[in-house]
Amino acid sequence: MAVRPHETLPLGQRPPLLRLTHVDKIFGGDVVALKDMSLQVNQGDFISLLGPSGCGKSTALRIISDLMHPTRGRVEWEGGHGRGDLGVVFQEPTLMPWATVAQNVWLPFRLAGKSYAEVKDDVLEVLRLVGLEKFLNAYPRELSGGMKMRVSIARAIVTNPRLILMDEPFAALDEITRHKLNNDLLKLKEQIGCTVIFVTHSVFESVFLSDRIVVMAARPGRVLTELQVDAPYPRGEEFRTSPEYAAHARRASEALKEAMGEPA
Amino acid sequence: MSLADDQTLGTTETRDEDEMRRARAARVERTAKWALPVGIMVLAILGWGWIVSANDIPHYILPGPDRVWGSLVDDWAMLIDAAYLTGWITLLALLLAVVGGAGLAILFNQSKMLELSFYPYAVILQVTPVVSIAPLIFIYVDSKVAGMLLCAWLVAFFPVLSSTTLGLNSVDHNLRDLFRIYGANRWQRLRYLQLPSALPYFLGGLKIAGGLSLIGAVVAELVAGTGGIGSGLAFRIQEAGYRLNIARMFAALALVAAMGVFIFAALSVLSHLLLRKWHESAVSRET
Repeated sequence: MAVRPHETLPLGQRPPLLRLTHVDKIFGGDVVALKDMSLQVNQGDFISLLGPSGCGKSTALRIISDLMHPTRGRVEWEGGHGRGDLGVVFQEPTLMPWATVAQNVWLPFRLAGKSYAEVKDDVLEVLRLVGLEKFLNAYPRELSGGMKMRVSIARAIVTNPRLILMDEPFAALDEITRHKLNNDLLKLKEQIGCTVIFVTHSVFESVFLSDRIVVMAARPGRVLTELQVDAPYPRGEEFRTSPEYAAHARRASEALKEAMGEPA
Repeated sequence: MSLADDQTLGTTETRDEDEMRRARAARVERTAKWALPVGIMVLAILGWGWIVSANDIPHYILPGPDRVWGSLVDDWAMLIDAAYLTGWITLLALLLAVVGGAGLAILFNQSKMLELSFYPYAVILQVTPVVSIAPLIFIYVDSKVAGMLLCAWLVAFFPVLSSTTLGLNSVDHNLRDLFRIYGANRWQRLRYLQLPSALPYFLGGLKIAGGLSLIGAVVAELVAGTGGIGSGLAFRIQEAGYRLNIARMFAALALVAAMGVFIFAALSVLSHLLLRKWHESAVSRET
């Protein structure tokens, strides 16, 4: 069984997973991409980083994923971390076009030196979770944009990571596909209980998906405030149309307006 | 309701007519694709024959197509031997160009220092015309075969080197990040990411190198001259020229051209087979 569900406790009772302490990132000596960001990620959180362009959302993700070193400050994992603790979904599906769906999902294991036979069951299971078990041998070019994104998500969860980073994964998709993938992402989270940091421009997406919204401002990139969305999971279409959802969306919009430097 | 039905019927009929017209056009184009070039060739040969006979041009100035065909048939044994040698040199040189070009590209890609040190010399070798280097090569290289191989390799390796280098550096940056996140080592990155990314570029360079290695082989034969084992097609052309056997010159020339076409076609098929599953250049689309 590839996916051993992680436990998700109610907000406030979750054990810590990762801590960013006073993280600064300065490019070329004077461009401040991220200023004094502190964030504690707890196990089971679905955190959205919401903010305008240039607020350092993507820089934060790159620092968490070790692709970039912070100029100052620390990133600490509870109990350290190793290969396979992190899954990443980019804005583009980022699949290898010369490899089949199954081979793409196999990649994290392959790079860890595991043969396909060893992990075949895991690959099949995550493809079943994202509804693509019939497309095992298809090449990426034969799939639609939404399906490619599902493959990308399957690849991110196949190692049963402790943390999944998603950098505006659905921004390039049409509204209908985006809604469908949002619903399916929440179902997936219910099934595997993962911890997610999700970067987005969309207020509605952040309210629908997450239980913590970190609102960020630009120039310099920094954390402005954090909102909690305490609506219980599972959330479905009825949540999208509830007054509660509207109220949360209004709060998030106002915080975002403030982040953009306009009066709330 | 009936009005709607009529309209639907009307548009369906129009669409069918359009559809049939398009299908007809596509059929005509498919036939024309091979029929037109063949037709042009037949016309050119007939015109050539007519010009020769109408003007009573002597065969030692311009032989008619019938004489060239005769020479091709009569001298077949000698010409096919020559074609065999030229073809063999060309193929070996192409093989070495692939190994050398792709190998150097990978080495340069793995070590910036190596690239900075040697890339300029690869460029210099490429831009110096092979005809001007060839005589020197035959002074220092005793074996004619080795000399000819070296000449052909010199012209052919560079397109493979430069296009493979470009390909190795054209990796999707997100995929590169992904490989870093999953802790891929240098070898894994090369094997699973860079080489597949470079394949379409490499194949493009290979197609150019195929033609160039034939040119290199022909030039080498002309320079190597009669001194050695020289009995390739280029040598036969030169020799027939000295004897004013113009028909045989044409026959040998036709074989060289056929060889070039064959190499290009074979490499195109290879490229299609390797890329048809995934690369945009080889994927056939409905629309």
